[in-house]
Amino acid sequence: MLPFPHRHLLALQGLEPPYIADLLDLAESYALLNRSGKTQRDLLKGQTLINLFFEDSTRTRTSFELAGKRLGADVINMSVSQSSVNKGETLLDTASTLNAMHCDLLVVRHAQSGAPALLSQKVDAAVINAGDGTHEHPTQALLDALTIRRRKGRLENLTVAICGDVLHSRVARSNIHLLSAMNCRVRVVGPPTLIPAEAARMGVEVFHDMKAGLRDADVVMMLRLQKERMAGGLVPSAREFFRFYGLDAAKLAHARPDAIVMHPGPMNRGVEIDSAIADDPARSVIGEQVEMGVAVRMAVLDILSRNMRRNARL
Amino acid sequence: MHDTPRDTLFINARLLDPASGLDAPGSLLVSRGVIADHGGALGNPEAAETVDCGGAVLAPGLVDMRAALGEPGAEYRETIESAALAAAAGGITTLCALPDTQPALDDAALLQFILRRGEATGSLSILPYGAATKGCAGQEISEYGLLREAGAIAFSDGRHAIGSARTMRIALSYARAFGSFVVQHPEEPSLARGGVATEGELATRLGLAGIPPAAEAIMVARDIALARITGGHVHFAHVSTGAALDLIRAAKAEGLRVTCDTAPPYFDLNETAIGDFRTYAKLSPPLRREADRLAVVAALADGTIDAIASDHQPADADDKRLPFAQASAGGTGLATLLGITLSRVHGGDLTLLQALALLTCRPAALLGLPVGRLERGAPADLLLLDPERAWKVEAGKLPGKAQNSPFDGRALEGRVLGTWKAGRRVFG
Repeated sequence: MLPFPHRHLLALQGLEPPYIADLLDLAESYALLNRSGKTQRDLLKGQTLINLFFEDSTRTRTSFELAGKRLGADVINMSVSQSSVNKGETLLDTASTLNAMHCDLLVVRHAQSGAPALLSQKVDAAVINAGDGTHEHPTQALLDALTIRRRKGRLENLTVAICGDVLHSRVARSNIHLLSAMNCRVRVVGPPTLIPAEAARMGVEVFHDMKAGLRDADVVMMLRLQKERMAGGLVPSAREFFRFYGLDAAKLAHARPDAIVMHPGPMNRGVEIDSAIADDPARSVIGEQVEMGVAVRMAVLDILSRNMRRNARL
Repeated sequence: MHDTPRDTLFINARLLDPASGLDAPGSLLVSRGVIADHGGALGNPEAAETVDCGGAVLAPGLVDMRAALGEPGAEYRETIESAALAAAAGGITTLCALPDTQPALDDAALLQFILRRGEATGSLSILPYGAATKGCAGQEISEYGLLREAGAIAFSDGRHAIGSARTMRIALSYARAFGSFVVQHPEEPSLARGGVATEGELATRLGLAGIPPAAEAIMVARDIALARITGGHVHFAHVSTGAALDLIRAAKAEGLRVTCDTAPPYFDLNETAIGDFRTYAKLSPPLRREADRLAVVAALADGTIDAIASDHQPADADDKRLPFAQASAGGTGLATLLGITLSRVHGGDLTLLQALALLTCRPAALLGLPVGRLERGAPADLLLLDPERAWKVEAGKLPGKAQNSPFDGRALEGRVLGTWKAGRRVFG
């Protein structure tokens, strides 16, 4: 295994394929370990992991917490209310507080793109981006990739359709970087109002018609449509969105017969996905995504802490 | 709904098809509501009724891409039935209805209601626009996908400008997903607010609040920029100034998806028509200076303008018998659409084929409709026209309910002799 080239995990953009493959291989071994019911509590023994969440999250925070505990770290959850963090100074003040606490691993979620990167310049800990604004959500893309690899036996040469609110999605951006690096054909599918400008420059194919976008896809990745998008006028109504962009059996029929369906959660049933699809064990791998989430986060914590130990020795 | 009409053979016609450039004497056979054949000499099938055109022009029925109807909500001004009478007399067989009715056509069920009411006339296809924004209020876009499935021809807020650049951007962008376009009333609302006439010497002398002509060019420039960033298709309705037409001409040359129409008042009248506070000539946009009228004529001739629409706006006499500023804007236009357009042919600005193309195949192509051409297999929507016959526009004697014509008293050359919808005679 190659030594990981970064001190932090802030983004997948620019991460070379061998490092992605290493991370996925290690995560795969943790998935097996988790299924066996064993733990490896000595690995991060004595290390402090802080979950610093400036934005509400249940599943990602819990997943990191579980990952840290399974590796023996001391896990602290810090939730900072939105109202108190609207100023840049506050973020840097938080950094000095964390330094004083001798935090080793810092998991950060923030509503502003680039906030974890700013923190990483000021803290001694290794920073893991757990979702920043509409920028990236690296561990989500890694867990998606691991799920796909387990189901499809490979990542290379798959056609992946990422559907819905791509404009506001950090999950979509991380997935585009990772899947493109691993030689997938990536499509983004959604109304023009929810596709970011110059999306094609990121190496994806853009579709505004769901049936055309899903044609012969191996993987259908649905994104969450947040209610405020409708309030913002980008989509006229939930019923129209579901009719044209919600994943139902009729639209899924255009994908390959063995296509898998993914969703980063939490789902808006009847808006971006029909319950009949979300709950179909033959197609939906949404449960497995959650399981792989813990394994991937264990692998990330492992690799970054190895790096820190290596750097400390140098 | 209606019985299939008998086959009809039109003989002795001057066949005029602007789509193909055909202008030749001949016959045309209609069978089962569609054009079966046309040419120099056709045999007469036994069952066919014969119409001797006596050398008059037989051309496709007109496609009017912009007309307000009184229904729903202003039936005292006009009903769909009365509008259909006026349309048939004017040679119009397809009409696109504006959605800023009461209530606005922002719901699929309302749209289907209008479509059914149009079918019931039997003489006119009424194709409603969907509201570009909910309630035509200019804020949030409406359900373009569902409206399109219900039959919306395109999207517009009718007589209201979409004032917010953000909303217009979203509308242009979102309409793309459904292969549709957005029709703008090109008038910057904050500049036009309170104005009732074109700003200038005449409005100053009359003491009327003015709207600067630049209100049109500003909106056109903005929306062209939005078409450029969204890749969407914007259509400007009733363009009336040379400055706006120059911008549209340049946008087309750049390859942007920009189209436009104008209406007869803007190439036939200028602002002096409102002299003595004639409220029948109060229009929106207001009548312009002579230089702008000439620019509209030039843009018709050089192809910058894609269509001539009636811009029919029915009003009741009481809507107009008010002080100028309080009178409602808009003029009736269905019965005079062809006659006023032909005055540009008689004036030497357009050829007859050019003029008819602006009223038939060009709007039809823009709207993606299979009408507006004399083509085998096309619906037999036809008009018979004597381009030379003289008549006079007289408010009070026009077909249909609304009589608020800005052309009252105008002598015209060119009269519709008969109109056929899907092979059935509906006028003359």
